Amino acid sequence: MHAGLVVSATDLCYHYRKTTALNGISLAIPRGQLCGFIGPDGVGKSTLLSLIAGARAVQRGQLQVLAQDITSRRSRKLLMRQIAYMPQGLGKNLYPTLSVLENLTFFAKLFAIPAKQRDERVKRLLTATDLWSFRHRPSGKLSGGMKQKLGLCCALVHNPDLLLLDEPTTGVDPLSRRQFWKLISEIRQQQPDISIIVATAYMEEAEQFDWLATINNGQLLTSGKPAQLLADTQTTSLEQAFMRLLGVTSQATPNPPQPRPEHDRAIAIEAQHLTLKFGAFTAVDDASFRINKGEIFGFLGSNGCGKTTTMKMLTGLLPPTSGSAALFGQPITHYDIETRKRVGYMTQTFSLYEELTVAQNLKLHGKLFGLSHEQLTERIEILAQQLDLSALMPQLAKQLPVGERQRLSLAVALIHEPDILILDEPTSGVDPVARDTFWRQLQVLARQHGVTLFISTHFMNEAERCDRISLMHAGKVLVTDTPAAITQASGKDSLEDAFVYYLAQAQPDTATPRVSSPTQRDEVVVQRRGFSLSRLLSISHRETIELMRDPVRLAMALIGSVILMFVLGYGINMDVDEIDFAVLDRDRTSVSRDYTLNLSGSPYFHQQDELTDYTELEQRLRSADISLAIEIPTNFASNLQRGNQVELGAWIDGSMPMRGETIQGYVQGMHAEWLNYQLSLQPSAPSNPGRISVESRYRYNPDIESLAAMVPAVIPLLLMLFPAILTSLSVVREKELGSITNFYVTPTRKSEFFLGKQLPYLALAMLNFFILLVQAIFVFDVELKGSLMALTLASLLYVVVATALGLIMSAFLNSQIAALFGTALATILPASQFSGMITPVTSLDGLARWIGEIYPTSYYMIASRGAFSKALGFGDLTVMLIGLAVAAVLFTMIGIMLVKKQER
Amino acid sequence: MRSINIIFNLGIKELVSLSRDPMLLLFIVMAFTVFVYTAASATPQTLHKTPIAIIDNDRSQLSQQIVNAFTEPYFLPPEYVSAQTADRDMDRGRFTFIVDIPEGLQRDLLANKQPEIQVIVDATRMSQAFTGNGYVQAIIQTEVAEFTQQKAIMPVTVALRARFNAELNSGWFSAIMELINQITMLSIILTGAALLREREHGTIEHLMVMPVTPMQIMLSKVWSMGLVVLVAAAFSLFIVIKQVLDIPTLGSAGLFLFGTALHLFATTSMGIFIGTFARSMPQFGLLFLLIILPMQILSGGMTPFDSMPIAVQWIMSLAPTSHFTEFGQGLLFRGAGLDIVWPQLTALLAIGLVFFIISWRNFHQRIAQMA
Repeated sequence: MHAGLVVSATDLCYHYRKTTALNGISLAIPRGQLCGFIGPDGVGKSTLLSLIAGARAVQRGQLQVLAQDITSRRSRKLLMRQIAYMPQGLGKNLYPTLSVLENLTFFAKLFAIPAKQRDERVKRLLTATDLWSFRHRPSGKLSGGMKQKLGLCCALVHNPDLLLLDEPTTGVDPLSRRQFWKLISEIRQQQPDISIIVATAYMEEAEQFDWLATINNGQLLTSGKPAQLLADTQTTSLEQAFMRLLGVTSQATPNPPQPRPEHDRAIAIEAQHLTLKFGAFTAVDDASFRINKGEIFGFLGSNGCGKTTTMKMLTGLLPPTSGSAALFGQPITHYDIETRKRVGYMTQTFSLYEELTVAQNLKLHGKLFGLSHEQLTERIEILAQQLDLSALMPQLAKQLPVGERQRLSLAVALIHEPDILILDEPTSGVDPVARDTFWRQLQVLARQHGVTLFISTHFMNEAERCDRISLMHAGKVLVTDTPAAITQASGKDSLEDAFVYYLAQAQPDTATPRVSSPTQRDEVVVQRRGFSLSRLLSISHRETIELMRDPVRLAMALIGSVILMFVLGYGINMDVDEIDFAVLDRDRTSVSRDYTLNLSGSPYFHQQDELTDYTELEQRLRSADISLAIEIPTNFASNLQRGNQVELGAWIDGSMPMRGETIQGYVQGMHAEWLNYQLSLQPSAPSNPGRISVESRYRYNPDIESLAAMVPAVIPLLLMLFPAILTSLSVVREKELGSITNFYVTPTRKSEFFLGKQLPYLALAMLNFFILLVQAIFVFDVELKGSLMALTLASLLYVVVATALGLIMSAFLNSQIAALFGTALATILPASQFSGMITPVTSLDGLARWIGEIYPTSYYMIASRGAFSKALGFGDLTVMLIGLAVAAVLFTMIGIMLVKKQER
Repeated sequence: MRSINIIFNLGIKELVSLSRDPMLLLFIVMAFTVFVYTAASATPQTLHKTPIAIIDNDRSQLSQQIVNAFTEPYFLPPEYVSAQTADRDMDRGRFTFIVDIPEGLQRDLLANKQPEIQVIVDATRMSQAFTGNGYVQAIIQTEVAEFTQQKAIMPVTVALRARFNAELNSGWFSAIMELINQITMLSIILTGAALLREREHGTIEHLMVMPVTPMQIMLSKVWSMGLVVLVAAAFSLFIVIKQVLDIPTLGSAGLFLFGTALHLFATTSMGIFIGTFARSMPQFGLLFLLIILPMQILSGGMTPFDSMPIAVQWIMSLAPTSHFTEFGQGLLFRGAGLDIVWPQLTALLAIGLVFFIISWRNFHQRIAQMA
């Protein structure tokens, strides 16, 4: 291990199932320099960065970062304090509902920076990046460039020794890109020993780096100074060197645009005073342009300036607030099927079906456009050839690197041979070689097939390939002309400079001089080690803010349970009454009628029309017209008189066994009563009959009110389902959206993450409990006879278990849909049927018995009923409280153990 | 024709997507096998191993006879408790019933003094308390009658025959109800979440620029996700319920699957409905809970439908599960034919249509905001 190295890797390998990302790469990156990774898409640059950051676990090989072994848990704990990592994607690791200030403060808290230093630092960073005036804006509403600047602030907040940036400027407009790099160079001036490693697709950026590594197919091609690379490849620009290395021949300059189309050609796209407002915000303001058939029209502008919105209006996705647009003279009316057939649209983000293969995606879209089988086969063949997709056909779209995905998206947009192609940043994140191929294909389309192209981009060399371009800013079209004319008019040398000039004019505030620098070396950041309560609380705090900003979720969690308690409390009723019965009376004597009267006089039974024969008896039972049929045999009365054996028949509908059993019980009881009555009438009774009476006393609920019995049972059900589902989704959501990385690469401990996530939902669940309690006592009039304190303690322990259960589920699952279904499965059935809500656990059998014995709802169910109905307090509930406490500790410990600190 | 083609192809796409989520597939398989099996074998009978205690202050031949009459499988062997500890034991939930036999029971009986036996019932134990009380009373009376040999004097017995489920095996019932629950739960989640996933991944936007109507998108999800659940339900019915659990169902299986298909039409439409309302998965999850719990608990699957308050019955009759449960019970247990279950089938179709149309209108209106 060389002291001058920041990263040293030996024979590093990484596989995603079948795909190999890194194939035995070895490299040594010098310390204290600005280093870059370049290479085509999907060659393992991002994987390498995430391994260095410790976000991903090393599968094979050795990796030393800052002279420490990152595969060891101990050294990783220390390294986390020295490394900062900014993952790929605009604002991927930011929390969109949190404000700029809240985001940055949260990161500072994760590194346990003392409050005073933290505030100072946060302010200085935000001022340095011109974000201070936007500090209260939610990060989700920032433009791409601002998001990246905020991401950088978040990365710098703990004064790292090593800064890892994964394509930090992809999808960012030129002006913001310049500002970003200026910021980086200022940081390097302030802090000369900081090491920075960047992966980028911009070759002009890479030329500024001190050290470069080119990577292809998971292996290192070259490494060293950029000048060295140029010399070795005998090229003058990095872009050429890159192509040379990959063995691609390319023209030295971009294809010169074809002569401007004649004016007499048909107008393909026309927009007049197109305006779209979202409430008070004007996304597109009075945009007008006219595009000829076969023209390549470029759309440039800063992030969030309204390019995408304009495109959506042209495709008919969004109806304009005012103004009009027409394709081929046909005004765009919302949902016009015919217009759609002539348009091919490629969205900014990859929006094809990731679970389908390349071939399946193409076929699906072709079929949706109504292509016949022959047409489809032919088109797919042509496109596969044109866009070099043949070899990718059986691959899942999910597994494709960005460049190949974009090619697939283009193929899909072209499948039905549209006349107009609307492409929204089709080359973002695509490597130079693939971009060049892509553009040549576009030019063929325009020139040879007369397809009109409307395309937005951030790359200036792409804009130069357009026939005409529009510069857009803040919803307004600033200028529309040929690239050369625009450059000329601005008096600048290059289109990029011209672009920056126009933008800077349009937003003068960016020119304000800065007073402070982003970092200051003299400061000492105290970073406490070990478990940090403040870090835990900051995670809770952030989760709480997110929850508060989603009032719909919050309201549904609270009101939802109240509604459910109403419905279930009133609805669940175990009484069996209003039993419809009919009699098949073959005796027709006063005695037999007396027997019938005995039944129909009872409040439980409800007599229906008399039966005539067995067929009718069967028929009416079958159609659920009656649930009980009584057959009184012929000579019932006379046989009874003579003391002969008589047997009555009772047919009970057993299709609902619980109800059937209750009816059986009733019939037996009524029969016994009738017998007793008859006996007492018999004067000829030979001896004293001797009778006893059996009195039933219903304890806890003497009037047998269903509501009083159900309310204490519904609370445990609700307090299990809601917290469990909310917590499991909250973690899986972070996994899906990417912010989980912050947990992987910061010194946050598993326990801090787990408990921090749990705490807000715990509070929500307790709030929920008190609302339900108030509802039970004051709305339903169910008396709480026992100890409120004991019940509250039991509830607290119980919701700890419920939230922990949700978190445990989330450890295994990666998709929200699976998390929802899985958690629903793991809670609804056990809590509603195996925990004694209706059938006591002791009466269960098999697996259900085992589940019921250990499922926490069983314990809480007893505690809740005990406290509500049985007037129990701490003493009587000790066993249940201990059981719940054990479960709470156990579930939390298991949960913390299962949390993964690295992606695998 | 073209429309049918689109609906078919979009549906195939859903099926392929589903096949690529192994965890979800595993859950689906579990839901229709392990869960149905476990629910079926959970409660053989309502009165099964009921915990009972005796306070025997008499210690006579008669009291002994009464104690011995409480046998398995209905009751656990009775435990003797003292009057002092009885209340506490019940507080702790140890017993559902406590039979209090007074001192001098046998003597008083023979002296025709009409002694009284008290049965203390834990009313919080719901079904067991109500059902069991009748049994406990009957058992005591029978034993007393036998003791005093009244049988010979009053030779009237009632032959109780439970139709359709002679042993009142509640496992049969639970199995079918769990099957119905899983059908409902899965179909709502699959369609609703499939819609939300399209939204989160931006693919809905893609569909909307193509010559595809919201109606086609909806129908494709309804048929594909419905089919998945239908196949799973058929497997569960034929293999798990009929073969493994050996539950003798009556009625035509074909008719059951037809009814299931109608039910799925309604539930998948509900899924889409929730999917259009929710803006994120957590919101969808909460809305789902709000709808699925009443549907599972109040549709006549856990408690008798007729016993619920009229208002609740009225509300629940809008839920497809209520009709599907009634249909399933009638068909599979009572062997009812089309002539009997047609009202439920009509109700399912009507509810399905209403939900579908509401969802369609809602989807149509909201689709612009989804992009």
